[in-house]
Amino acid sequence: MNSICEQPAMLNSDDWQDMEPLLSVQNLSKFYAPGKGCGNVSFDLYPGEVLGIVGESGSGKSTLLNSLSARLVPDEGHVIYRSEQFGELDLYQGEESLRRQLMRSEWGIVHQHPRDGLRMNVSAGANIGERLMAVGERHYSEIRQRAIEWLQAVEIDASRIDDRPSQFSGGMQQRLQIARNLVTHPRLIFMDEPTGGLDVSVQARLLDLLRNLVAQLGLSVIIVTHDLAVARLLAHRLMVMRRGEVVETGLTDQVLDDPQHPYTQLLVSSILQN
Amino acid sequence: MTTMIDVRGVEKSFTLHNQGGASFSVLERAQLQVASAECVVLHGQSGAGKSTLLKALYANYAVDGGSIELRDGKQMVDITTALPRRILALRERTVGYVSQFLRVIPRVPTLEVVMQPLLDLGVERAVCQAKAEDLLSRLNVPQRLWSLSPSTFSGGEQQRVNIARGFIVDYPILLLDEPTASLDASNRKVVVQLINEAKARGAAIVGIFHDEDVREAVADRLVDIRAL
Amino acid sequence: MSTPQMTQVEGYNFAYLDEQTKRMIRRAILKAVAIPGYQVPFGGREMPLPHGWGTGGMQVTASVIGTDDRLKVIDQGADDTTNAVSIRRFFAKTAGVETTEKTADATLIQTRHRVPERPLQNGQILIYQVPVPEPLRFIEARDSETRKMHALREYGAMQVKLYEDVARFGHIATSYDYPVMVNGRYMMTPSPIPKFDNPKLNGMPALQLFGAGFEKRIYAVPPYTEVQSLDFDDYPFEVQQWEESCAICGSDHSFLDEVITDDAGSRMFVCSDTDYCRERAQSNREQAQENEQ
Repeated sequence: MNSICEQPAMLNSDDWQDMEPLLSVQNLSKFYAPGKGCGNVSFDLYPGEVLGIVGESGSGKSTLLNSLSARLVPDEGHVIYRSEQFGELDLYQGEESLRRQLMRSEWGIVHQHPRDGLRMNVSAGANIGERLMAVGERHYSEIRQRAIEWLQAVEIDASRIDDRPSQFSGGMQQRLQIARNLVTHPRLIFMDEPTGGLDVSVQARLLDLLRNLVAQLGLSVIIVTHDLAVARLLAHRLMVMRRGEVVETGLTDQVLDDPQHPYTQLLVSSILQN
Repeated sequence: MTTMIDVRGVEKSFTLHNQGGASFSVLERAQLQVASAECVVLHGQSGAGKSTLLKALYANYAVDGGSIELRDGKQMVDITTALPRRILALRERTVGYVSQFLRVIPRVPTLEVVMQPLLDLGVERAVCQAKAEDLLSRLNVPQRLWSLSPSTFSGGEQQRVNIARGFIVDYPILLLDEPTASLDASNRKVVVQLINEAKARGAAIVGIFHDEDVREAVADRLVDIRAL
Repeated sequence: MSTPQMTQVEGYNFAYLDEQTKRMIRRAILKAVAIPGYQVPFGGREMPLPHGWGTGGMQVTASVIGTDDRLKVIDQGADDTTNAVSIRRFFAKTAGVETTEKTADATLIQTRHRVPERPLQNGQILIYQVPVPEPLRFIEARDSETRKMHALREYGAMQVKLYEDVARFGHIATSYDYPVMVNGRYMMTPSPIPKFDNPKLNGMPALQLFGAGFEKRIYAVPPYTEVQSLDFDDYPFEVQQWEESCAICGSDHSFLDEVITDDAGSRMFVCSDTDYCRERAQSNREQAQENEQ
């Protein structure tokens, strides 16, 4: 099936010439054991760009994602982030407080399992409102209004605002997690297999939603997935990882339709055609 | 005449690493220049590399050597070396690709599918919608289907939706990969009209067509792919 | 109504704890005073009482008490409950100090669940018994994480609790153990006192020490320190109010307990602070006598 006409929309692509990268990764390495982790990764991520990291389980994708998102100190290398509030930052040279501050304001993290990214024992409204309160919002009605808007944006009925996530289906929980992240208008979102635990029918809806939100809000996204269909639908650019190393990078449709590296060819040819 | 596409010395071979490393060369020192308001039809036997060249022009396939320059305003951009986001920017407003296959996005209504590329350029919604409706009507997609997702449509209907989507933006460069295959005569005629209109507004067009009547109706030049 | 000084029982060090331990606890207290609201870990000792009966407060009291101190112990505002009586007797026996039920006469007040109604003075020390010292515990189970949240002043999550209250009840329903911000820096639980008492913590002239025996933490609010209760701009902090007045002293401004008086469900409201109530009742009687004369 030829599908190259369908590329994810890129906001801001007009300004491609003058733009500085949002995130610059230089020779990043983190190994738990030889071959376990990720080594010598470098790339730039520009505003509005969606980068997919693909590869099979254990290829180092999640280790890389955690190192990029300031949750796992790398052995070597630099992650330079251009922050709205703090200017250019070398993440692991700065204070931890700064990284945590970024995590709840300019960044969002969408976990594979909603329970890792949600507070299961407080209401949906509080889950969304928490980040607002964390950045200093102290007006209850305002917080609640924003929570309602975001519930609607992720297609959850506003009447569910006082229900706990444990009363939600898996797909709703995942959408709630996305709303919780987006409420502070982050610029950079890290996603780890966001559709991983969902039924196929639910996946499609989530993907469509993500795709629209990313384009509307002009988000930069780094998404880890082993599902090449997800990568094709969301990512502008792909990085293929194997045994902790990047074996191929490029435009998403180019990597998937004309893979160069033996491993990428194997990955692509392993997909069932329909 | 302004040169819109300039292909020089392009080499492309495929190596199948998982099938014993078999390697075969498809393009060797390929050359092609296309001017604005010109429609070039690629010709040659099946497997000669027509589709490979067309895909390379869209940077969907990577090439091993040579250069492929596309005009973006006053500039020529070599897409064999350009950054991914530069290519994505080109695809948004400069170069369009129409195939016979529609990649269906679940849940999105037909009208939205067709409008999307123009909306992405920041064009006013009403303008996009009017243009999309016009294209769908001309391509005989019944109005009652417009609000439905094309995922449940027949192959022919999906194909026409995809053509409407491909022509919604007035791209200066259009790449057409057998868009008329398996269309009936009346719809083939509509596509021919669309191509000629694009040519009339100055688009440079490269296409692959199996129907002889379409070829004759649109081609300014036939280029034999083996002779490139 | 101060009781005469008892003689200290034989065989125990002054105030039960050995001097080494007291020095260790005093160091923790000094650190706590220096960093208002910050929870200082200390090497808690076993006390001859089960946890939950005020062992944290007792260790603090034992470490700061001297021979010339006068000790008052209250539980739910009352001096005559089992817990209050046994702790008072414990120090009377092991330290031989004078004890009192009068707030005004006490130099040290160990308390559980209340702050006395009578304003405390500079020079007095109020020692709270604390069951759970970590205000962030309900939202974050990991100790390493709550410590980090305090260090980095990440208190947004704390507001979640109040949000849930308003969402569920239409107002901030938390009425005990209402979280406060100390000196604009550390989030602190005031121990399970009613939020009625929260305003008394703010700028209090007396030193406030908090001891948690089970979790082995000490924290403090030095005299005249700002203590602010959390709230929302559109749902400001409010204290409880009663339509009734105290059935004994007639007070319309103190924290009242509801008392069921018979099997028919008759009830009355009385001051929870027994010393305050008695003092007022007495002055009411004197007033009445004066008026008669």
